[in-house]
Amino acid sequence: MVRTLLVRGMLAGVVAALLAFVFAWFFGEPALDGGIAYEDALSTAAGETDGEAPLVSRGTQSTIGLLVALLIYGVAVGGIFALVHGGAQGRLFRLAPRATAGVLALIGYVVVVLVPFLKYPSNPPASSVDDTIGLRSGTFVIMLLLSVVAAIVAVAVGQRLVARIGTWNGVLAGAAVYVVIAGIVAALLPVVSETPADFPAVVLYNFRVATLGIHAVLWAAVGLLFGLLVSRGTRSAERPTVGAGAG
Amino acid sequence: MALGASVPTVSAPVVPVRELVPWAVFAGVILLALLYLVGMDQGATSVFSGSMLHEFVHDGRHLLGFPCH
Repeated sequence: MVRTLLVRGMLAGVVAALLAFVFAWFFGEPALDGGIAYEDALSTAAGETDGEAPLVSRGTQSTIGLLVALLIYGVAVGGIFALVHGGAQGRLFRLAPRATAGVLALIGYVVVVLVPFLKYPSNPPASSVDDTIGLRSGTFVIMLLLSVVAAIVAVAVGQRLVARIGTWNGVLAGAAVYVVIAGIVAALLPVVSETPADFPAVVLYNFRVATLGIHAVLWAAVGLLFGLLVSRGTRSAERPTVGAGAG
Repeated sequence: MALGASVPTVSAPVVPVRELVPWAVFAGVILLALLYLVGMDQGATSVFSGSMLHEFVHDGRHLLGFPCH
């Protein structure tokens, strides 16, 4: 049963990654190239000659490299999504499997992508300081992990409140708990502000919007496709539920 | 409210916890390791030496919003 869930989740992740690749190709790559153009202009101005050949060519990075990266990300997100869905379905929200998938995808996008992004947005090449990669990686991971922890706390609190003060109020209170915790975490974590003063603003803007768009495509596709697969599975299966005491 | 009416009678099986946990631990660890390799490795920390992996997934890493060079 869990095996089926996992397979469906990873399958949804693969298809979602392909869709995200199409989006990334048209909206992400132009912005990324803008960053590289800025980088090249800098090194030309500094009199550096790009003698050595790059380890991986730009042509590979922007096609196969991007696709493979998105596929791995999609499979991982899809698989974890399926496992979370398996735990949440029938316990957390009183919804049909398909609706649970939709709600979880929305929550996942906000908690895993949007909120960490608001504190530490994506940066195109040449807009960060190389030496701060340690600080930037650490703070990003902490923001991401604590955002997930905040969501778990919020769901636990919200679930109890739903039983007491009703669905509408309980869900709103749970959301408020998340916003407060995530807000405190974001306020306490250090600010990273290192974009060069003359970095093209349009490139930075387009790049960051592309990041949100890629994730929106990917998470929406994972949620909707997994929901489709899982609802079809439960409808066609209709096997008698054995082991009634196990629940 | 056709949707709402159908909600309480959903007969979708609930996955028993004892069946879910081993999968969640095993697959969870592997999938998180994959995320680490795509998003983080050969940046601030390196499991594999060199920068081949970093260079290969370079565009995806930037565009997905992970901190990069």
